[in-house]
Amino acid sequence: MKWYSRGVLVVSLLGSAAVGLVVTNLGIAQGGVTLRVACGTVGSQQALCKSAADRWAAKTGNKVDVVPNVASSNERLALFQQQLSAGSSDVDVYQIENIWPGLLADYFVDLKEYVPEATIKEFFPSMIEADTVEGKLVDLPWYGDAGLLYYRKDLLEKYGFKKPPSTWAQLTSMATKIQQGERKDNSNFWGYVWQGAAYEGLTCDALEWIYSYGGGTIVDNKGNVTINNKNAAAALDMAAKWVGTISPKGVTTYSEEESRGVWQAGNAAFMRNWPYAFPLGNGDTSPIKGKFDVTVLPKGPGASGKNAATFGGHSLAVNRFSKNAKAAADLVVYMTSAEVQKERAIVGGYNPSRPVVYKDPEVLKASPFLGRLYKVFANAVVRPTTVTATKYPRVSEAFWNASNSVLTGKSNGAAALVALEDELKRIKGAKW
Amino acid sequence: MPLKNPRNPNRRYSLSAWRARTAWLLLTPSLLILVLVAAFPLFRSFQLSLFDVSILKFPLQLTWVGLDNYVALASDPRWWRSVWNTVVFTVISVGFETVLGLMIALLVHSEFKGRGLVRTAMLVPWAIPGVVSSQMWRWMFNDVYGVINDLFIKLRLIKTPMAWLAEPALVLPAIIAVDVWKTTPFMALILLAGLQGIPKELYEAARVDGASSVQQFWRITFPLLRPSLLVALIFRTLDALRVFDMIYIVAGTQIETISMSIYARQQLISFGLLGYGSAVSTGMFLILALYIAVYLVTLKVEVK
Repeated sequence: MKWYSRGVLVVSLLGSAAVGLVVTNLGIAQGGVTLRVACGTVGSQQALCKSAADRWAAKTGNKVDVVPNVASSNERLALFQQQLSAGSSDVDVYQIENIWPGLLADYFVDLKEYVPEATIKEFFPSMIEADTVEGKLVDLPWYGDAGLLYYRKDLLEKYGFKKPPSTWAQLTSMATKIQQGERKDNSNFWGYVWQGAAYEGLTCDALEWIYSYGGGTIVDNKGNVTINNKNAAAALDMAAKWVGTISPKGVTTYSEEESRGVWQAGNAAFMRNWPYAFPLGNGDTSPIKGKFDVTVLPKGPGASGKNAATFGGHSLAVNRFSKNAKAAADLVVYMTSAEVQKERAIVGGYNPSRPVVYKDPEVLKASPFLGRLYKVFANAVVRPTTVTATKYPRVSEAFWNASNSVLTGKSNGAAALVALEDELKRIKGAKW
Repeated sequence: MPLKNPRNPNRRYSLSAWRARTAWLLLTPSLLILVLVAAFPLFRSFQLSLFDVSILKFPLQLTWVGLDNYVALASDPRWWRSVWNTVVFTVISVGFETVLGLMIALLVHSEFKGRGLVRTAMLVPWAIPGVVSSQMWRWMFNDVYGVINDLFIKLRLIKTPMAWLAEPALVLPAIIAVDVWKTTPFMALILLAGLQGIPKELYEAARVDGASSVQQFWRITFPLLRPSLLVALIFRTLDALRVFDMIYIVAGTQIETISMSIYARQQLISFGLLGYGSAVSTGMFLILALYIAVYLVTLKVEVK
């Protein structure tokens, strides 16, 4: 209940403030400052973040603590909102997603005050632009993400397919055939796994289907609710047909790591996921090491069909309440430097936000697919965050719930989208 | 508990007046704490519910909207769905817990070898922190690698794996099953305490009079257990109406299972809507208050 949770909040804030005080004091006693960084946790992120942060700490004589975090993107946003709106200075540097600058801009420092103009120019200008809110540089871009189609080279060959599917219909028939064949030896084998749980990840997946069908981007650039259209409904109905046929029924509860679990165990022919699953799938203990590749996600049917990949970059921002904003900004610059990004690209498969890293021969050798990702990024579709601003979390929630209801068979595409249109208009009110 | 009225007819007498004063003095600290941790936040929450305020703006901007948030709440289908889910969850889970709890309490109340061990073992589900056991169940319910599917298939109860948490018709029953597993021990414990308070002589006398075990249960055990049963029911019902952690972890915020607390948290924290979220909290408070009022009235009847 309300007063209860408030009480807990107050107590925990006081508690963490006290801890923060002690930590800060210890930091001063050692000569440097102690920064706390909230990095992502999916895949190898936490380890990569820690090793880079430690190097910065050793170089500058400061100390960095990498604070544990939640994997689910919307849970992380909720947590960050809570900490920031309480004026907490516990975490100095936040790893945020490229859909959040518009939401959290008020709570981060303007990095233009700390980072030299020349450094800012070394990043992709489009990313810098996306991270600038009303003239304020909210964060420095760290890596770009986009939805990819993972496919098993060996299985495609085994069943006589020469190249990966270029339309969803092809994917469906290929997955069906491979699944039928593989089921003889492996009853847990599935054709296609993806992210169908009711959370931000489904918003990304469903947006890809709908956009590839020519069904738009939920809300258009002018702020009109465009989701209720035939193409969008057809896209959702297509995905609903996968559930229980080429995708496990439980896919409607899967997030990234659950789908990677099925895929990396060798139990799926295709997977939709972010680039991070590439190096993990090629790890030494991975049963599918060297047996798979990635490509762009398939097109929708007909002339309006196109490739689509939801764009999902991550970046680093400095808490406006941080007691060591200058040092924190310095850490952000280091973490996003070409040197660190090169390591992250080679070890973790994270797509650099600095063009120069793409030209590095070592990077291209270790991750040849990075070069190919250009094509994917060219087809990137952006979630309607800019236009819906602070209402985006509600828009996304309504969208993923509607999509999930179609996937679980509670509704069909057409009916769900009529209801979704109403709900989005209610959320929009007079204006976004 | 209603406070003892200090304005009793005896207050003219200095002794009782002094007693009343002492009583107030002793009560003051608890009253102050109550005001601080219950009344004040409740008031603040109500106050906030009259504003439109987003935590995403710094500094916070409060816009007075009067009762607009409540008007919106009354026509919010997701809110009413969460109320409905919570009530269904509460009625079914508390019902099962009561019946099973009573059976277990009767069982461990009887004399048998290793009773102490069984009584301790019985408490295990209740002793595991809710978040941990919920996560455990989430994994057990997984459609691909979950142990429940494996077990049911081996027992030939089902032929193909079920997606327990994905199937709209299965997810609420699955959650209720977890809650029954978790809180039946609590019911059993309170009822066991009640059973132990019933004098043995009554049963001896009944046996002498030739009453069967069934008669003994309905004529002695049940009536004398009633007070404990009521206490257990009240605690459990209040708890179930506030359910958050278990559902949130096992099923997230999906509409089939969203509870009032989860809905309030979603508005307040996920969406940062302090005003509307406070209105949701207040709505939830009113529903709980209604339940308590109904309960107090029935209890009064019961006591008379």
